[in-house]
Amino acid sequence: MSVQQDTLARTSERPEAEQRQIDKALARRMRRRGDESKFWWLIPTVYIIFLMLPIYWLINMSFKTNQEILGTFSLWPQNPTLQNYAVIFTDPSWYKGYINSIIYVVMNTVISVLVALPAAYAFSRYRFLGDKHLFFWLLTNRMAPPAVFALPFFQLYSAFGLIDTHIAVALAHCLFNVPLAVWILEGFMSGVPKEIDETAYIDGYSFPRFFVKIFVPLIASGIGVAAFFCFMFSWVELLIARTLTTTAAKPIAAIMTRTVSASGVDWGVLAAAGVLTLIPGAIVIYFVRNYIAKGFALGRV
Amino acid sequence: MDKTWNNKAWFMVLPVLLLVAFSAIIPLMTVVNYSVQDTFGNNQFFWAGTEWFEEVLHSERFHASLGRNLIFSAIILLIEVPLGIIIALNMPRKGWGVPVCLVLMALPLLIPWNVVGTIWQLLCRADIGLLGYSLTKAGISYNYAADPADAWFTVIIMDVWHWTSLVVLLCYAGLVSIPDAFYQAAKIDGASRWAVFRYIQLPKMNRVLLIAVLLRFMDSFMIYTEPFVVTGGGPGNSTTFLSIDLVKIAVGQFDLGPAAAMSIIYFLIILLLSWVFYTVMTNYDAER
Repeated sequence: MSVQQDTLARTSERPEAEQRQIDKALARRMRRRGDESKFWWLIPTVYIIFLMLPIYWLINMSFKTNQEILGTFSLWPQNPTLQNYAVIFTDPSWYKGYINSIIYVVMNTVISVLVALPAAYAFSRYRFLGDKHLFFWLLTNRMAPPAVFALPFFQLYSAFGLIDTHIAVALAHCLFNVPLAVWILEGFMSGVPKEIDETAYIDGYSFPRFFVKIFVPLIASGIGVAAFFCFMFSWVELLIARTLTTTAAKPIAAIMTRTVSASGVDWGVLAAAGVLTLIPGAIVIYFVRNYIAKGFALGRV
Repeated sequence: MDKTWNNKAWFMVLPVLLLVAFSAIIPLMTVVNYSVQDTFGNNQFFWAGTEWFEEVLHSERFHASLGRNLIFSAIILLIEVPLGIIIALNMPRKGWGVPVCLVLMALPLLIPWNVVGTIWQLLCRADIGLLGYSLTKAGISYNYAADPADAWFTVIIMDVWHWTSLVVLLCYAGLVSIPDAFYQAAKIDGASRWAVFRYIQLPKMNRVLLIAVLLRFMDSFMIYTEPFVVTGGGPGNSTTFLSIDLVKIAVGQFDLGPAAAMSIIYFLIILLLSWVFYTVMTNYDAER
């Protein structure tokens, strides 16, 4: 009896163990998603090293004096100095550039997202006369080459007396940021079931109240991503920003071209200014890191 | 999702319409104006008809920069898309590696474009740059300011550095949306690595790849700032792409007529591409 029990127990145990082993192998396989190699990490690592190399060189240079940059070749600063950063933080014509950039970028982000919200809702929920043509037209503005617009923009904003103001750059950047914001938000909004709207209306919500109290919190991540992309494209754009400003609202990126003086290029200060332009980007990426991929797919994965 | 027909939705679109129209239509009309007029100065314009368009369409210079730009875009796509797919396939899917990879890889995308140029200038200069100095020391003659081949190499590797991450992030977004069950089924069927890629991962990435290809094509087609900072369009005209050429004509020589005509031709090319993009995208949406 006991022997029989023993064998019985074993037979029922063995498939279970086998099953567990198969499960484990499967789980391992799933973790690696069909990757045969143990060296999968090699490719991303090499790629990241390739990405970081120029940035490392920039940071390295920013801590060197100009003599050291031109005189000796070294992989790290021999006499690390904060002199280059001191130049930027003490000279208003330098640090004002950062403030200018931040001001028009934030203005642009706020304007773009605010006007894009209702439009994106309209595109995601309703059909109306000419909707597809309108959407396409918006898209073409995202694709428009800034070089085409630089000169006419200058004349347009001159006519309105807006040259060298932050609002001019913020409005000009709306050309490509508003369509982008509409597009991303529309993608995220289409993911929210329409029943939610209908239920809210039945519950007696007015449209503005529903929109602000219920709908906006639902697509908060989408708004974050849209804001991030507006920030990004306004922050990296230079051609239009430079054309529309002379001194009072000049972006940092345009001021950087100033380092060329009679005594040659001040490489150290140029590098330090470059390093400082990386920081806002790095900060905002950190906040949207979980949504960034979906955002690049314009909310349509 | 079936949408209700409601023309009142126009009111919601109105702010966007006004804002973008202000920034798009008025400048565009200025360009159209210039493209059909000639001037002897003093703000005296007269009708020139299609003269400028004919001039631009028959000019060697326009053909050359258009050709250069098309070759550049083709090379960029051929390198960045396969590279982006390979990197995305090998990215970690969970754990601490994911945010690290995403943040580090997205970093080049957030750098102002002329700073990208500056970074590469600092890296590639033969006297002070890591790359330029190393190559020269290794006995390879490398000077992006004098040799057109080196200039092209620099501009291309700079763009690969700057934008491959976009393809990676898009493909990654496509890959993480594949349910585990797909891989399990493939494992049970004994599918090879290639089969998994060809029949599971690639079809799932179709859509994002399409976005990646078209965005990369259009952005490389209007590239201006980065090559302008590094090579200034030179040596000679070897890296003068369409936008650089256009700005040279419009702002450098102040030839408004030809510049405007060129802008419109340029814009029409982009419009055609956008239309292809939009049609393909909406067809995808309809299929879903």
